[in-house]
Amino acid sequence: MSMPERLLRIDDVTMQFGGLTAVNALNLHVDEGEIFALIGPNGAGKTTVFNMITGVYTPTSGDIVFLGTRVNGLRPHKVTRQGIARTFQNIRLFDNMTVLDNVVVGTHAGHRSSVAGALFGLPRFRREERQGRERAMELLEFIEIADRGGDAARNLPYGDQRRLEIARALATDPKLLLLDEPAAGMNPSEKSDLMALIRRIRDTGVTVLLIEHDMGLVMGVSDRIAVIDFGQKIADGDPLEVRQNPDVIKAYLGEVSDAS
Amino acid sequence: MSSTKPLRGIKLPWIKTFETLGTRWQRLPTSARWVGYLAMVLLALSLPSIPGLGDIMTPGSSWERVLFYPIGIYILLALGLNVVVGYAGLLDLGFVAFFAIGAYTMAILGTEFGMDFWLVLPIAIAVTMLAGLALGTPTLRLRGDYLAIVTLGFGEIIRVTATNLSFTGGPRGINKIPRPPSVEGVSWLTFSISNVKPYYYLVIFFIVLVIIGLKRLERSRVGRSWAAIREDEDAAELMGVPTLTFKLWAFTVGAAVGGTAGVLYASFQTAIRPTDFPFILSATVLAAVVLGGAGNIPGVILGAFLVGWVPEVSREFSQYRVLVFGAVLVALMIFRPQGLWPSRIRQAELKQGEGGIGQLGGEVGAVVAQAEDNR
Repeated sequence: MSMPERLLRIDDVTMQFGGLTAVNALNLHVDEGEIFALIGPNGAGKTTVFNMITGVYTPTSGDIVFLGTRVNGLRPHKVTRQGIARTFQNIRLFDNMTVLDNVVVGTHAGHRSSVAGALFGLPRFRREERQGRERAMELLEFIEIADRGGDAARNLPYGDQRRLEIARALATDPKLLLLDEPAAGMNPSEKSDLMALIRRIRDTGVTVLLIEHDMGLVMGVSDRIAVIDFGQKIADGDPLEVRQNPDVIKAYLGEVSDAS
Repeated sequence: MSSTKPLRGIKLPWIKTFETLGTRWQRLPTSARWVGYLAMVLLALSLPSIPGLGDIMTPGSSWERVLFYPIGIYILLALGLNVVVGYAGLLDLGFVAFFAIGAYTMAILGTEFGMDFWLVLPIAIAVTMLAGLALGTPTLRLRGDYLAIVTLGFGEIIRVTATNLSFTGGPRGINKIPRPPSVEGVSWLTFSISNVKPYYYLVIFFIVLVIIGLKRLERSRVGRSWAAIREDEDAAELMGVPTLTFKLWAFTVGAAVGGTAGVLYASFQTAIRPTDFPFILSATVLAAVVLGGAGNIPGVILGAFLVGWVPEVSREFSQYRVLVFGAVLVALMIFRPQGLWPSRIRQAELKQGEGGIGQLGGEVGAVVAQAEDNR
């Protein structure tokens, strides 16, 4: 096909755990430069989709294609190196490492120096250390916590920890950033800051795919939305279309029974 | 906080002082720090020569000898195991295997091929690293208890193999292992059965070299990856850390240090047998790491020193010696689970109740107790 290659394509992907089908014949695509939201009721299979994209799970069938390359079956760190980074539903920072080191670990995704480089202080090692540190500082400034670089990550307030996870993911230099419920536990003012941050990330050229329950945030920030329920896609489109889709209303509010 | 858990994290005032000094130390200019390091090395080198010190430290035995073995060798072993346990957070119960492989490499190459200590050393390091790779490649996919059991098995396999093979001398082991080459006419570099000091200087040389190397690794992609793996292995993998590769590096770097200790040991004893490498040695070195404070080099050295030295001074308790030692270990793990001089980061982990040494301490305590039962 002469059509331009999608950034991410999920082709007919099914994920089964024993007898349970968590994701069933899912088709999705994400284009470059979008903010794309994946929504659905609890247990719909959203995080499973993230886990398949990032290599935590290998789909039972189907393919996940990123920039024309099949990524299902790759170990997670290889997927990250291809340009997909993520955050977690429950914050999973390296709690006792410093804020700066958390982000530096992310920058190492693009580094190659190892034991010999560090032992003998080889030029590439020194260059990578310097660049990693500089990039990490930039990212801390980007999320506006540069002054806390030396603190242990667990000592940050909750909202800052969420943003630090985003900075750590961005440090891996992704083309696609997956955010798993980034607004969870945030107050309204933190949510609006988050919305602005997501737009700023997109403006730096990173495509964003997010899972979110907060409809205000989803409707406000997304270019396109896909809705899944029981592992199947039930709607796909811009926020307005999705909001008016009867299947979506049904999934969220329950079946409107005739007997009522 | 501490009132709710009075048993945990007992305060050691002198350690507080150490930590304060440590913080001040970090703030000193680099040149001043190097002067400090040099002074410490000189102090360490002078330990066997300070008149009267031996009578106080080890009244019943040779101070020089104890300084080299067990203390010096234990420090080297503990530094190696600290990479695996302290940095990467992997529980290895068979570290003695690498010590044995280093020692047997020295013994075989030295006796069969007449090779010199300095020639054997790099070969032995390469062999132990390969052994680390061979052990790690299939097993590092396992976690926690499972890894501990497999490494425990590995330690036993090496010993039992050495007992049963003919080129390792079977149960009688290997004799007449060459000593390191002496420098003609320089008494402090003349290695002989009656002159232990040169061995001690040699072990200090290796300890210093290893510390420099480990410090460099700590502050690099390698050290950060180890720390990330210890904190949250899955998150580390998803942030682009090739976790298996770096866990293998932890094994191989640790193995290389353990192998070096083995080479030194063999060329000191000049005769080794499989029974020199019992499981209890793995447990003892692990106890040194955990007791001192996993992840923190000064703490680990302190731990290894105590674990090497305390049994020597408690010789007067004769057959109760090991019992006393075990009781001290258990008490320490109850009252000071983070170790005597822990790294700040590990202290924090423990407070948080994560991947902590508290758990490790419990496991080590149980293992040591069991090993003592089996004696």
